[in-house]
Amino acid sequence: MSPRVKMPKQTPELRRRNFSEVALGYSKEDALREADRCLGCKKPGCVEGCPVGVEIPQFIDALRRGDADEALRIIKRRNSLPGICGRVCPQEEQCESRCVLARKDEPIAIGRLERYAADFGRDCRRARESTKGKRIAIVGSGPAGLTCAADLALMGHDVTIFEALHEAGGVLTYGIPEFRLPKSIVKREVDYVRSLGVKIELDAVVGRTVGVQDLLREYDAIFLGIGAGAPRFLNIPGENLGGIYSANEYLTRINLMKAYMFPDFDTPINKGRKVAVIGGGNVAMDAARSALRLGAVEVHIVYRRSEAEMPARLEEIENAKEEGVIFDLLTNPVAFEGDGMVRAMECVRMELGEPDASGRRRPVEKKGSEFTMEIDTAIIAIGTTPNPLVLRSVPGLRTTRWGTVDVDERGRTSIERIWAGGDIATGSATVISAMGAGKRAAFDIDSWLRDGGEWRP
Amino acid sequence: MYRICEKEVLAPNIIHMCFEAPRIAGAARPGQFLIVRVDERGERLPLSLAGWDPEKGTVDVVFYVLGTSTMKLASLKEGDCVLNLAGPLGEPTEISHFGDVICACGCFGIGPAIPLIKSLKDAGNRVVTVVEGRSRSFIFWEDRLRSLSDKLHVVLGDGSCSEPGWANEFISRYLSEGNRVDRIFVHGCPFMMMVVSEASRPFGVKTVVSLTPLMVDGTGMCGACRVEVGGETRFACVDGPDFDGHLVNWRMLTNRMKQLVGEEDLSQRLWERRNWHR
Ligand SMILES: Cc1cc2nc3c(=O)[nH]c(=O)nc-3n(C[C@H](O)[C@H](O)[C@H](O)COP(=O)(O)OP(=O)(O)OC[C@H]3O[C@@H](n4cnc5c(N)ncnc54)[C@H](O)[C@@H]3O)c2cc1C
Ligand SMILES: Cc1cc2nc3c(=O)[nH]c(=O)nc-3n(C[C@H](O)[C@H](O)[C@H](O)COP(=O)(O)OP(=O)(O)OC[C@H]3O[C@@H](n4cnc5c(N)ncnc54)[C@H](O)[C@@H]3O)c2cc1C
Ligand code: SF4
Ligand code: SF4
Ligand code: FES
Ligand SMILES: [Mg+2]
Repeated sequence: MSPRVKMPKQTPELRRRNFSEVALGYSKEDALREADRCLGCKKPGCVEGCPVGVEIPQFIDALRRGDADEALRIIKRRNSLPGICGRVCPQEEQCESRCVLARKDEPIAIGRLERYAADFGRDCRRARESTKGKRIAIVGSGPAGLTCAADLALMGHDVTIFEALHEAGGVLTYGIPEFRLPKSIVKREVDYVRSLGVKIELDAVVGRTVGVQDLLREYDAIFLGIGAGAPRFLNIPGENLGGIYSANEYLTRINLMKAYMFPDFDTPINKGRKVAVIGGGNVAMDAARSALRLGAVEVHIVYRRSEAEMPARLEEIENAKEEGVIFDLLTNPVAFEGDGMVRAMECVRMELGEPDASGRRRPVEKKGSEFTMEIDTAIIAIGTTPNPLVLRSVPGLRTTRWGTVDVDERGRTSIERIWAGGDIATGSATVISAMGAGKRAAFDIDSWLRDGGEWRP
Repeated sequence: MYRICEKEVLAPNIIHMCFEAPRIAGAARPGQFLIVRVDERGERLPLSLAGWDPEKGTVDVVFYVLGTSTMKLASLKEGDCVLNLAGPLGEPTEISHFGDVICACGCFGIGPAIPLIKSLKDAGNRVVTVVEGRSRSFIFWEDRLRSLSDKLHVVLGDGSCSEPGWANEFISRYLSEGNRVDRIFVHGCPFMMMVVSEASRPFGVKTVVSLTPLMVDGTGMCGACRVEVGGETRFACVDGPDFDGHLVNWRMLTNRMKQLVGEEDLSQRLWERRNWHR
């Protein structure tokens, strides 16, 4: 078996100072060679590993025949955002982990092929008139909302998305950095969703500009895809000093507001010299790598467990290390110091004790290990919680004890005609799982609007 | 795109603008604010609502021209458009029948004071308004304030009127004289809101301020707007902007508002150099 075709990348020395995409994408030859490795299984495991069920052997077969247009057409039967998924899906845990080749050899690079098809296949627009006469309001234009909207439009419904920000895409637009997911790709895929007849109303903060009750009056069904966007903080002394950002603020300034092009763009950001990023997930890696690109001299990832427990994708940890991010593991901040602006961070060293409820070994403080780290910028990347803005405004909407919306497997909430899905129902998860939820809800919305029946027996 | 249907210079560097934004006009309440983004490269600029008309579908703001974004906005004319306008944001001011209330305002804060006084009156309160300014030329909408309030006091920092001084001095005086006051509302710059809160603190009269920390999204997503109130961290854009002035950590607020002055200064100088003709 020939080896998996490598992804060409910008060298670490070069890319650590620019915001252009790190992974450059397969050439036609690369794509043909990689597509050739696929066995075209009759009972493909890979498809089961994909939350939206992309017909993987079929699209790879089209690529093998050199037909990227056809490959894209096949992918879009299941996935309206392939350029995005091909880039940011954690394939090693999803489709690729279930590829038969993964058992003995390296799996097919399904994500890279999907990206190739999306980038080089010609768009197949299928604008349609609304035929079913049902009107559906989607709240939030992240991957869950976009997918739900696209699928409903393809079924012939009249769909409007309400988005609070001035740009559609959710985390794809404000969170995931340009060097992993170029905004031109997000724009193109959002435009595709528009081309299906979906209307997108920007600057529309549901719960403020329009109420959910208003939407219930005007629309036959509502899908809430509002994400889990509220940042968590450490709640330690000094955390409100200047120069201390949530990862959301830091990344929003850079991605949505383009602060990396300040002063050509008006939104400013502190270009730190010595930056500490607290957390060990993908978001922390994105923040750290962004700080480097803004020109920081030193960027530290400060994480209280060891590398083995880091929730970030291995690939992202590798990328960050190659670019020169310093990892301070088993380290926990206890206070920030400074006068107006942050100047230093007090930390303690940790060691791993007994496993906790999540099965990960619990970090405990090492006595007498306090030390001070001089910094001028800190970024808190320890997760997010559901934003209560919309939820507060809907009396009777049942939530879980984590603050997420309580939904059944079809995405139905406790209130008739309101569905929800994506991070707002699961807590922070992945792009593709949010898309899966949007898809399931679209299917259920269509059938419920047709057949009705008991809401949630 | 949102069209500017009216523009008026009210005082030195203080401008009133009216935008066509029917959705916002239909939902607005006193104490709420908007976020304006002037153009493709613009930042998200929070401005308090100074009025709205659901019938005409328009909303009003009053702003002080300070740096890049406010200068950009000020350079637009009637008939021009801004790219984005989101709102109404924030929790509306809590309004009920308090009894005797004081509305203290100054600078751009005269704007949001207008709808506030209106709804306080509608709720049956007796409203004494005190408006401050360095000199007469910084006071605008005096007639409107006078006709809406039960009593209007104009206080001038340069002493060129019958009641010299600033709003905080007025309030100290008024409260020491034993006048009954059930609640105070303040709209103005952070310094003014702080000193007014200090003035009322010894008398224990609840003083509601409308905070203006740095904001980005205005929807609770970023935490830029965090303020400390009663020792707790709150997000001004979703938990506020109204808070109890006696519990606000003013030092932290002003420090956080200064986080990016170097960058703001650079941005403003570049903008002025490129747009000297506007
Ligand atoms: C920095 C970062 C990097 C990530 N990297 C990856 C990755 O590499 N791979 C991966 O699979 N996942 C990644 N994720 C996770 C992934 O992005 C999310 O799981 C996914 O975006 C969730 O989609 P969603 O549609 O549920 O919500 P979101 O993407 O959060 O979208 C919600 C949308 O709703 C809008 N909204 C909220 N409230 C309102 C309201 N009141 N009215 C109107 N609109 C509203 C928001 O503005 C937003 O646009 C990352 C997340 C972050 C933050
Ligand atoms: C809820 C709220 C309501 C407000 N209402 C009004 C109003 O009705 N009229 C008015 O004149 N001003 C109001 N402000 C303040 C106004 O937003 C700032 O003056 C404006 O952002 C300055 O922008 P600039 O680019 O012109 O100046 P810059 O030179 O960028 O900034 C000057 C100073 O303004 C403050 N500022 C800068 N950016 C922001 C930001 N994104 N958010 C908040 N403050 C910032 C900082 O303290 C900064 O040092 C309000 C602020 C908030 C948060
Ligand atoms: S959408 Fe994601 S999980 Fe599905 S096939 Fe594509 S890369 Fe794999
Ligand atoms: S399981 Fe692997 S080899 Fe089989 S069809 Fe899927 S990608 Fe191809
Ligand atoms: S402005 Fe972002 S959370 Fe308030
Ligand atoms: Mg500015």
